[in-house]
Amino acid sequence: MSRIEREPILKVEDISVYFKNGKKTVHAVNHVSFDIFKGETFSLVGESGSGKTTIGRAIVRLNQIQTGRIIFQNEVISGKISRTLHSKVVRKVQMIFQDPMASLNERAKVNYIISEGLINSREYKNQQELDDRVHHALLDVGLLPEFASRFPHEFSGGQRQRIGIARALIMKPDFIVADEPISALDVSIRAQVLNLLNKFKRERGLSYLFIAHDLSVVRFISDRIAVIYAGKIVELADAERLFQKPLHPYTKNLLSAAPVPDPRLAKSKVVTIYDPTQHDYSKEKPTFSEIEPGHFVYGNVAELEKYSKEL
Amino acid sequence: MAKETILSVKDLEIEFNLRGKTLQPIRKISLDLYKGETLAIAGESGSGKSVFTKSFIGMLDSNGTIKGGEIIFEGKDLTKFKKEKEWLQIRGKKIAMVFQDPMTSLNPLKRIGEQIREVIIEHKVVPKEQAKQRVIQLLSEVGIPDAESRYSDFPHQFSGGMRQRVVIAIAVACQPDILICDEPTTALDVTIQSQIIELVKKIQKELKITVIYITHDLGVVAEVADRVAIMYAGQIVEIGTAEEVFFDPRHPYTWALLSSLPQFGEKGGELFAIEGVPPNLFKKIVGDAFAPRNRYALEVDFLAEPPYFPVSETHKAKTWLLDPRAPKISPPDVIRRIKERDYWQSDGGAV
Ligand SMILES: Nc1ncnc2c1ncn2[C@@H]1O[C@H](COP(=O)(O)OP(=O)(O)OP(=O)(O)O)[C@@H](O)[C@H]1O
Ligand SMILES: [Mg+2]
Repeated sequence: MSRIEREPILKVEDISVYFKNGKKTVHAVNHVSFDIFKGETFSLVGESGSGKTTIGRAIVRLNQIQTGRIIFQNEVISGKISRTLHSKVVRKVQMIFQDPMASLNERAKVNYIISEGLINSREYKNQQELDDRVHHALLDVGLLPEFASRFPHEFSGGQRQRIGIARALIMKPDFIVADEPISALDVSIRAQVLNLLNKFKRERGLSYLFIAHDLSVVRFISDRIAVIYAGKIVELADAERLFQKPLHPYTKNLLSAAPVPDPRLAKSKVVTIYDPTQHDYSKEKPTFSEIEPGHFVYGNVAELEKYSKEL
Repeated sequence: MAKETILSVKDLEIEFNLRGKTLQPIRKISLDLYKGETLAIAGESGSGKSVFTKSFIGMLDSNGTIKGGEIIFEGKDLTKFKKEKEWLQIRGKKIAMVFQDPMTSLNPLKRIGEQIREVIIEHKVVPKEQAKQRVIQLLSEVGIPDAESRYSDFPHQFSGGMRQRVVIAIAVACQPDILICDEPTTALDVTIQSQIIELVKKIQKELKITVIYITHDLGVVAEVADRVAIMYAGQIVEIGTAEEVFFDPRHPYTWALLSSLPQFGEKGGELFAIEGVPPNLFKKIVGDAFAPRNRYALEVDFLAEPPYFPVSETHKAKTWLLDPRAPKISPPDVIRRIKERDYWQSDGGAV
């Protein structure tokens, strides 16, 4: 994190997202807060259904929030906002999806897919400029400009995911929500996509919210990581620190379960168990507290005391 | 310890017919599977892992045919099987398979317990009156809590991980000799994944069965495998014990696979990426299929297919680099670092 100016580009303040499921209300995201700094890759990890994607979708305004607010470049972008601000968010905050096949329009040619966002926001002067920008977007992600006239099914998985990235980049975004962008890809192709994301971060100061369940990838790509369990962030720290000193029992469980590509170590791996009923919050309410600089954990006073002893 | 071969594949060739064109997904594979071992098969998407193993249970898609070679199991050549009746003696009974998506193996409209009971009755595992009891026992063995009360649940009432446990229960209901797991945890969360891996290991030990575990995750491979086979474009390009393949890999494709793991990458640096794409299987492959993507390729790689070169009694690789006439090439730095374990970043472990 050393070179990064600690200036937040995005602030998520106490947001909740509830879904009605018949008579039941599901608290998909429950009072979550975090900041993402300029030029940073901030990751969310946690099991499926824990609320990661819902948070990502709330940021790009695809999900409504029931509490709190979201601030992007010093402007509130959640709830009712002006048309001009909405169109700014649509341009400046882009999302890359998990399944490159499902997220691309199969019947459209690559040039249309990539330029769709520009066309919708009328962000170009003439056809020439549009073609130029598609040309450059393709080159940026390491694809040949000739590919513009092809269809998505004529590409490999890694190439399709790069088309998805080109489509986001052409909008010149400042912030990208990457939701499991490499989960559907082969190991060898994953590396290409990760390198690409890092390249744009270096060269254009892009910031990312990165959502993934593969911990080795998350450790490699992230500056900071937040661990989410059942709609709540239970721990947040610098990436390396989190792996060195996980404090919350759920984080410990998650990290200990990760596969280790070393047959000697892997066979002696011990997975710790997480039992969510171990927390007794009936008397003392838990808080999300900074236990050492930049390292936050969720717990009540007694738990926090115990965690500080582990440091 | 003498190794007993339970299944032996020789020069297996498989072809698919796709709208009049032929594609060759399996190009002369030979493999001896040892009794009681866990063999992991790894390799990128499309390398033929599923097609290869599905041929052991007669489940090739209808446009696929075995063009050559043999699969010997219990003295019989399975490639000679003509009738479904013959396969029923093998599939599910002696060789069982678990797939990535549990719903492909479960009937959404039938109660979980009944689905398992049917299998047990069909294969006459226990007398009919004891079948239900056996199902409940199986369910608890695969870690379904409250097995008795969950007997009458439907698949949709189970989580993804629980469904995969049920599929495993069905697969082992008949005490098969060989269990093939085809990416059983790819769709699951890490914590659930590690539980399923533990379950497969436990079953393997208790029932003393032979396991083939297909995955593209080398972390999972390290966890389950006694031996590892690396597949590329319809061939096994390297095979050896887990330690041999991870710490002393010899095939440049294995080097590339290991090098691209984020665990071995340097933060903020470039991660090794394999350039190009796998070969077109519709075309006849000349030489070493990996040559066009191989930065260590020799001239001969583009002309002639390499044979296997033995590295040890248990380890061999199909690359001209092992030919005594080849120039000495040392593996990339990462490979040496894996062995010396200095990819460990401080005390944070190898995740
Ligand atoms: N029914 C079919 N008809 C034509 N080609 C097929 C058929 N089934 C598989 N193939 C092709 O055979 C090759 C091997 O496929 P296979 O499914 O065995 O790969 P895999 O290694 O299991 O990949 P993955 O990791 O994606 O599961 C691929 O090129 C695939 O496209
Ligand atoms: Mg497969």
